[in-house]
Amino acid sequence: MVNKDAMEPFTTAFANAWHLIWTADADLMGVLALSFQVTGLAVLVSCLIGFPLGAILGVGRFAGRSASLVAINALMGLPPVVVGLGLYLLLSRAGPLGVFGLLYTPTAMVIAQTVLVTPIVAALTAQVTEEMHREYRDLFATMGMGQVQQAATLLWDGRFALTTAALAGTGRAFAEVGAVMIVGGNIDHVTRVMTTTIALETSRGELALALGLGLILLVLSLAINAGVMGLRNMGMRLAHG
Amino acid sequence: MADPLPFRPPAAAPVMPDRPAVRIEDLRLTRRWRKVIDGISADLGTPGCTAIMGPNGAGKSLLLRTIAGLEKPQGGTITFAWPPTPEKRRVALVFQRPVLLRRTALANLVHALRQFGVPRAARTDQAMALLERADLAHAAKTPARALSGGEQQRLALVRALGQAPDLLLLDEPSASLDPRATAALERLIRQAIHDGVRVLLITHDRGQARRLANRVVFLHAGRVTEDTPSDRFFDVAQSPQARAYLNGDLLL
Repeated sequence: MVNKDAMEPFTTAFANAWHLIWTADADLMGVLALSFQVTGLAVLVSCLIGFPLGAILGVGRFAGRSASLVAINALMGLPPVVVGLGLYLLLSRAGPLGVFGLLYTPTAMVIAQTVLVTPIVAALTAQVTEEMHREYRDLFATMGMGQVQQAATLLWDGRFALTTAALAGTGRAFAEVGAVMIVGGNIDHVTRVMTTTIALETSRGELALALGLGLILLVLSLAINAGVMGLRNMGMRLAHG
Repeated sequence: MADPLPFRPPAAAPVMPDRPAVRIEDLRLTRRWRKVIDGISADLGTPGCTAIMGPNGAGKSLLLRTIAGLEKPQGGTITFAWPPTPEKRRVALVFQRPVLLRRTALANLVHALRQFGVPRAARTDQAMALLERADLAHAAKTPARALSGGEQQRLALVRALGQAPDLLLLDEPSASLDPRATAALERLIRQAIHDGVRVLLITHDRGQARRLANRVVFLHAGRVTEDTPSDRFFDVAQSPQARAYLNGDLLL
């Protein structure tokens, strides 16, 4: 039998969470806005680095390519807290980059997420471009295309698959908590994002905001996956009719 | 008569009529300890179309791929009638199965013309001219991979012609096409020959070789066993391998 008294805090929390979302609570919106800013910028920088890097790894034939591919694949599973710790040491006052005063700023969080997302984007890009390159290799050779031109062509032709890579990175960045908590410090109205707020509010027993943000995170996750599927289908239609 | 090829860099001097486009001497290629090209010497790319015939595994495709620079031979030399100019490729290759980018038919040609050094402002017009030549203007905005097999092969052929090659290598371009699509493709090949492009055509289709080629080079087991004008080849083939091939015997 369900204990109604025990369930009450949860139902109240859900109701309060829904109220926060429905009324566009200022704190909630602030946290959301910063999350989007940090993640958006991190994914953008990751794509700017990861797409060409992955394409070069996918197309290029050079010494150390296999080792680079193994390394980039291994980095996909980089533990966020280790990244956070490493960046903390680099960015802290006594660290080599301490002079820039970036610790506990959104910039530090962008850097942390970029470090985590770039290997994902680069590794997926390498996979996509390598597979396409097998198909296009002879054509490229007969056209006398250099490796940079080949990489550019593959990036354009694989754009829908690569958008999937970017969305996978976005999912990872949105859900990340360990690294941004360490380098951002979870400072109210400064470096507080969705995941760190959920962690903090849950530990304080304030479930409404945590639940509200959790619901939004879930919706975002669903939207990202739907976007991935939609883009894949659109890519198939455009490529093959 | 169709429009002339839309683009030819002024620096590319045509091959002298009495010279072959490519001279091959003692070409050797080994794959997994098997001699797939075993000392071929021939002057290829003479004016008109040369059909390269022979059974599967004779080394026809590898010969074309080697001429195109896609295979590195273990021995012998390949000398073109023009000095090496990396900025202008004068050999084009069309594969048996067309390799088309995941873009529209027009974008495929625009991309190729860009690689061939055509100025940006002229690319779309020249691409449309090539599409019209291939009777594909109506499919300009269609994804290239959604075209029919024959249309795809015509697109691949005009893409190669957009390079304004001196030597066009065709590796069984109509192997999987029906007669109507084959006829459309042959019209384009004939037009290219008429425009002065020298063609090396691999085909198993004797009718096609009769229709297009003025010379036949017959390969067997990585060697040239016969190199004669096509009418002579089909009337009185000299080598026993060519005779057996023409008779429909199984050449092992």
